[in-house]
Amino acid sequence: MRRIMVGVKRVVDYNVRIRVKPDNTGVITEGVKMSINPFDEIALEQALRIKEQGLADEVLAVSIGPADTQQQLRTALAMGADRAILVQTDAAMAPLSIARVFQKVAEAEQPFLTLLGKQAIDEDNGQTAQMLAALLDRPQATSCSKVDIADGKATVTREVDSGLETLEVDLPAVLSVDLRLNEPRYVKLPDIMKAKKKPLDLKSVADYGVTEGAAFKTVKVDPPPSRQKGIIVKDVAELVGVLQQKGLV
Amino acid sequence: MSKILIVAEHDGGKLNASTAKSVTCAARIPGATIDVAVLAADAAAIAAAAAALAGVSKVLVVENPANKEPLSAVLAPQIAKLAAGYTHVFGPSTTFGKDVMPRVAALLGVSQVSDIMAVDGPHTFKRPIYAGNAILTVEAPAGAPVVATVRVASFEAAAASGSAAIEKVDPGAALPTHTRFVSRSGASTGRPDLQSAAKVVSGGRALGSAENFKLIYALADKLGAAVGASRAAVDAGYVPNDLQVGQTGKIIAPQVYFAIGISGAIQHMTGIKDARTIVAINKDGEAPIFESADIGLVGDLFTIVPELEKALG
Repeated sequence: MRRIMVGVKRVVDYNVRIRVKPDNTGVITEGVKMSINPFDEIALEQALRIKEQGLADEVLAVSIGPADTQQQLRTALAMGADRAILVQTDAAMAPLSIARVFQKVAEAEQPFLTLLGKQAIDEDNGQTAQMLAALLDRPQATSCSKVDIADGKATVTREVDSGLETLEVDLPAVLSVDLRLNEPRYVKLPDIMKAKKKPLDLKSVADYGVTEGAAFKTVKVDPPPSRQKGIIVKDVAELVGVLQQKGLV
Repeated sequence: MSKILIVAEHDGGKLNASTAKSVTCAARIPGATIDVAVLAADAAAIAAAAAALAGVSKVLVVENPANKEPLSAVLAPQIAKLAAGYTHVFGPSTTFGKDVMPRVAALLGVSQVSDIMAVDGPHTFKRPIYAGNAILTVEAPAGAPVVATVRVASFEAAAASGSAAIEKVDPGAALPTHTRFVSRSGASTGRPDLQSAAKVVSGGRALGSAENFKLIYALADKLGAAVGASRAAVDAGYVPNDLQVGQTGKIIAPQVYFAIGISGAIQHMTGIKDARTIVAINKDGEAPIFESADIGLVGDLFTIVPELEKALG
């Protein structure tokens, strides 16, 4: 079975305005819309496209999170994933522990390709793909904006600060995807109905011999410092005057 | 006593400014000893530049043809070996550091502190989460190595006034061959680099076309500035991806940032939070950009930008 594994994280929807809890212990997530991490959605879309090209037989969506994460995995199944595994935990999980769970799943499922988002938009850690590749001793390519699979290899284009970089990696490999790789499909109603019948296995972190818990102690969470209110100038002459006064031009 | 190893970023010939900024971050840890690791095929010029950074005690040089291109699968096992005896291993939070450092962290058996924006103590750091809409203060355990990336926009570059010792080392790591470099296509525009420029002129969707973006380039050239763009302008195909400023593009901290025809979506503002002065030019006086701008000018950019270019002589 030629299998692709995709990581799916449940995060606060990207349209939600983030508010810090008054006691500075975190960000308000109660009663807030939750979604699949947008970068993971792109990873899933890519996996589905590779399968549709006839280059894979199965797309497996894997998530680590609370019981409610089943909603996001059902969405992943509705998009077209064939089956899903939820490794259920209510605990905070260190990025390395997340990577270790993925490692155990990968060892059991033997995907030829693992696709993950380049980062999750909640904690912005950006670590899981690289760590998983290290633990599996496999190639990695992060921030991919183009992925071609052929002859047991992946040729990937990465978005780097200086432009674009192309790498060739032997499969199996772990790739993290960037925004411009593709545009994820919309889920249609009949697919949502079909997704209810697809297999979704529930596991625990202990099933994989991994310890729960955060990597670091959260000392506090603060809102970002706000900027001073600026001035409005009436024309170009006044703008140039202010810029010169500040020594900026 | 903190002993910090900084992984140098370079392009094969020159040291990247992100390294000097990482040194400044490391120097915020009181009493720290700071060494820099240069992994390259031909390291002489890079190592000399690293040795000149104020605050650096020693430069470790690993010269190997395998280190010609920055392949994380090749670099990480060498860095993990070099990390022995260090309490901290820092790299820049650029696409280079973001790629390699988590792989190093996994090899060392720790999670990474991503995007340090402030140092509160040897093991306590501030970092942005939720695209900078919240600031998290974390404390890493004292008994394990701290592997971290440094948000370069938050730190000034260390001065080039030092003279550290340069030492060739062989980490003796087994290197994989499963990852191969093919090519790199860069934006060699002759303009300053967007990531490190002191002045940046950015255009948004209101430019309306790639052709009209010439106005932005002309103003940037008059100012000696780098050119950036909003995600909307990139998605519309006016400019290439690598010019995108924002949460999903580049996070920058220029002295002055000109946002022209940019509405100021949160996504974009996240990328310019640390700009010293934000100048906004937009015909919609109600645009959110004006809430964050230090200097705002309401009007038609197609009139204002050429006028501004002319006024700057």
